[in-house]
Amino acid sequence: MECMIAKPSKGSAGKTGLWRTFKPIYDESKCNNCLLCWLYCPENAIDVLNGKISIDYDYCKGCGICAKICAKKAIEMVREEEV
Amino acid sequence: MVVVRIKDLPKEKFLLPGNTSCQGCPHALGLKALGMALGDDVVLIVPAGCTTIIAGSRDKSAFKFPCLHVPFASAPAVATGLGSAFKRLGKKGIPVVWMGDGGSDIGFATLSGACVRKDDMIVIVSDNEAYMNTGIQTSGTTFWKAKTTTSPMGKREEKKDLALIMLMHKADYVATASVGYVQDFISKLRKASEIDGFRFIHLHSPCPPGWGFDSSETVEIARLAVKCGAWILWEFDGKFKISPISKPYADKAKRAPLTEYLRKQRRFRHLSDEDIAEIERRIDEQWKVILALESVF
Repeated sequence: MECMIAKPSKGSAGKTGLWRTFKPIYDESKCNNCLLCWLYCPENAIDVLNGKISIDYDYCKGCGICAKICAKKAIEMVREEEV
Repeated sequence: MVVVRIKDLPKEKFLLPGNTSCQGCPHALGLKALGMALGDDVVLIVPAGCTTIIAGSRDKSAFKFPCLHVPFASAPAVATGLGSAFKRLGKKGIPVVWMGDGGSDIGFATLSGACVRKDDMIVIVSDNEAYMNTGIQTSGTTFWKAKTTTSPMGKREEKKDLALIMLMHKADYVATASVGYVQDFISKLRKASEIDGFRFIHLHSPCPPGWGFDSSETVEIARLAVKCGAWILWEFDGKFKISPISKPYADKAKRAPLTEYLRKQRRFRHLSDEDIAEIERRIDEQWKVILALESVF
């Protein structure tokens, strides 16, 4: 019976970072820690560690919402093969 | 209205990364906000829709809250049973029905029944204005003139105003929200959780593949809908109030140009200038209704 019950798991669709065409590159020097990117990341792939953000590239699908919402332009979307 | 500050929000994740939602998915944003607002109290009830897929398959669940998958039209009826069982057994938990506009079209009878009985639940309709999961077919809440696969020339009928329908159904709490304003949505969810009875939130959810815009623009499009007055944020908790975010747009001069919202979406690319003028007229009419409700309700 236990094996029939789904458990909360990261990566229920696998490593969704593979879906990415554009990769968000974070520039800490421009960041003012407003955390809007963390709040609006639909994938929940942005973590806050000691008040600073960190992007989980294993699962980030590269939608680009974080880069759009950032008033300080601290996140830039770069084509994967150019990173 | 309680102001929600970003820094005070819980860091615990109730929607886990690496799920099957599309890039820039508004439901994912909404579900994440639901976890931030109510966390452990949520027992999710999901009829067929995109969220069924997002929840994950087999042994992996993308949610940290318990999730019950139910047949299409039955979600509010299941929540009725669950809510009364929780009360009878003295268990903690709020039955939260999370459905799309499809679930609320097909399950309208059970939605209406649960509301009339004032059963204890929160119903959230995450409205992406078409049946996206089955291939972008027209729904009751599809915008007038929007192109879908079953309305290739643009929808002929008016968008039905589900939140006002539920208001006239005498629900205990009714609100509209938007994925473009997550803090406002969280604040409304928390307010709803403190009220007993039937609570309804209509969440505006722009869908990148369904509406035809880039995945990075979900939040921007959602905000433009509010700024041009096409989506009005309000709540009813015994008194009808236009939410502070929408308040300025009662004044037509303060609204963003409607074309800015419409021209960004593939589903509206065929609109003529007359169509846009007609949409603008309909938005003005809608504002008249909402402002009248605020003054009398």
